[in-house]
Amino acid sequence: MWSELTGQAEAIALFRAAASFQPGAAGDAARADAAQEASASGAAASGPANQMTHSWLITGPAGSGRSNLAFAFATALLSGNPDGDEATAAQVTARSHPDLQVLTTEGVIIKIADVRETVRRSHYSPSVGRYRVIIVEDADRMAEHASNVLLKELEEPPERTVWILCAPSEADLLPTIRSRVRSVRLRVPTVADVAELLVKRNDISPELAERAAREAQSHIGMAQRLATSAEARDRRQETLTTALEVRSVSNAVLAAARLLAIAGADAEAITEQRDAQEREHTLRSLGIAPGQAIPPGLRGQIKAMEDDQKRRAKRSLRDGIDRILVDLSSLFRDVIMLQLGRTDAVINRELEGTIAAAATRSTPAETLATLDAITTARHRIEANVAPLLALEAMLVSFRRG
Amino acid sequence: MAIPQLAWNQVRPAPVVLVSGTEGFLADRAIRRLRDFLKGEDPSMEVVDLDADSYAAGELLTVASPSLFMEPRFIRVNSVEKCTDAFITETLSYLEDPAENTYLVLRHNGGVRGKKLLDALRGGLGGGIEVVCAELKKDAEKYDFAVNEFKAGARRITPGALRALVGAFSDDLAELASACQQLMDDTSNEINESTVERYYGGRVESNAFKVADAALAGRRGDALVSLRHALDSGADPVPIVAAFAMKVRTMAKVAGNRASAAELGMAPWMLDRARKDLAGWNEDGLARAIEALAEADAGVKGASRDPVYAIERLIGVIAARGRL
Repeated sequence: MWSELTGQAEAIALFRAAASFQPGAAGDAARADAAQEASASGAAASGPANQMTHSWLITGPAGSGRSNLAFAFATALLSGNPDGDEATAAQVTARSHPDLQVLTTEGVIIKIADVRETVRRSHYSPSVGRYRVIIVEDADRMAEHASNVLLKELEEPPERTVWILCAPSEADLLPTIRSRVRSVRLRVPTVADVAELLVKRNDISPELAERAAREAQSHIGMAQRLATSAEARDRRQETLTTALEVRSVSNAVLAAARLLAIAGADAEAITEQRDAQEREHTLRSLGIAPGQAIPPGLRGQIKAMEDDQKRRAKRSLRDGIDRILVDLSSLFRDVIMLQLGRTDAVINRELEGTIAAAATRSTPAETLATLDAITTARHRIEANVAPLLALEAMLVSFRRG
Repeated sequence: MAIPQLAWNQVRPAPVVLVSGTEGFLADRAIRRLRDFLKGEDPSMEVVDLDADSYAAGELLTVASPSLFMEPRFIRVNSVEKCTDAFITETLSYLEDPAENTYLVLRHNGGVRGKKLLDALRGGLGGGIEVVCAELKKDAEKYDFAVNEFKAGARRITPGALRALVGAFSDDLAELASACQQLMDDTSNEINESTVERYYGGRVESNAFKVADAALAGRRGDALVSLRHALDSGADPVPIVAAFAMKVRTMAKVAGNRASAAELGMAPWMLDRARKDLAGWNEDGLARAIEALAEADAGVKGASRDPVYAIERLIGVIAARGRL
């Protein structure tokens, strides 16, 4: 179960040691308590008794396998075996293990009501194994007031409850949360590692795997999508060429509309099928025949489902735009590398000719300004500025003589 | 046999009066006028109100059945457009044989609900009349309305003053009517432009697009004034920025682009309009305007402490055609 986690050897060793820690083995409950306190206050894990604690935070860049690592750790804890066993692994994969709780969201933020419910259930004692494990995926998607609900729980959870939080970086969480968890940092896996994983797991040809891993900048999920879907590759290619062709304000505005359409198509490819399935499933479980009118009493439930889907679509569109912005910054990163005379680490090697031409058209200072514009656009979209407007403002600054 | 269709000010007593149309203000007036007229004929008249959307079986029969002294009845039924099924069946059977000395007024706000009832009524069942209170959309209609207001009050007003008045209250008929009433109550001689100016001077109906138009034409002062009017009459800053964005986006698409309207996916008049708006703009100006728009959008959505100032700054940039 640890084998699919690419390039995170140190983190895996740490978690395996923690999972093999047996409080009963010392035969002295008081010592275990002292050990828990010591590690909660941030002491370095030195002795075996210090290796386990009750609140963890896994940080690492998008696509480095934070949640996968969290689930692997959960499997180890729940099964009582550092390498996990098959039955537990299957239950964890299906998210049906009775002692596992996952707090996650498909919307833009995690709702405070969900956090409260999770906290309430964290007080049940485990029914199968030694631990009850709670995983908070995307802990950075909790607004401040939702995070505050967790403070007390992270500091002093019930004896057998373990919290595992995942976030891109420690800075995404409140200082009060950071001081209550033990942080494990993941590294960015190398392109070769990711390519190897793709070859092994998805049976992709080595060249394509290398290209996908490079273009996804080692984001494992993204690399897999690029490697398996020709449309995703085309969309990425189109994004980059569209951006490089911006010469005038008129171009920029049309290109922004085009990029938004690409992001929309990308998002729709992900959500459309799921929405239809979910709707069919809901209608069936409510006992409504296909094509039958929905009785007024049930409209509320259908409405709630549609609202959820809308929230998901919005998040999905934002994720799509974010991917585009990441791709664009990789492009201009390449441009500035060439301008500064470095030719070895180009990400978009397939576009090298176009990038070289772009590098001669502008100065490094201008390219830096462009990169800044991309960052500004990301901030603006986070602050709820209309995505089209943010993209337009960004592309306008791409104009080169 | 179709029943007579009358304007609101021609309403007259009938066993059943259908008041249809979306202009609630005129409908209220018509009903009040009828009630006042009947009350004047016989002060002992009993007035009853019913709500068709919460109508329970039997209500109409209860209120319409004759009393000991045979006073006339005036039954007002509201929101027939949301009526219950019981109301339709009972009203239809009532109309077969309307009670004597009883006036039933049905207020229907438009829509298809109760079509069976409406069709029967318009077919002549119960011998009623219909008062049509359609919305006054055109300025000419509003002008005529105001003319009639002053005629009814037997007051003289100059055409220029009338035009100024209608221009200042073009959104809400109720506001226009009360403005007419106030002018008639407060002044004694002929009403002319200076009177209107004294009472309602400087008031202009404004919306997001008027603000954007003024700013794009380079009239910064006008744009700021109409921004304030728009905000005071309840406009939200966010759609105002969106209106600006839409206009500037269209202009940017057209700028330096020989493409036809169909290729750009817009109507020919939009293209002409955008070409006209583009006079005096250049590439860098447009770029700065778009940047300012994104900044202002962030501003009205919480990045700036004062959303109104964010828009005022945007107006400054746009009125200067991006040359700040």
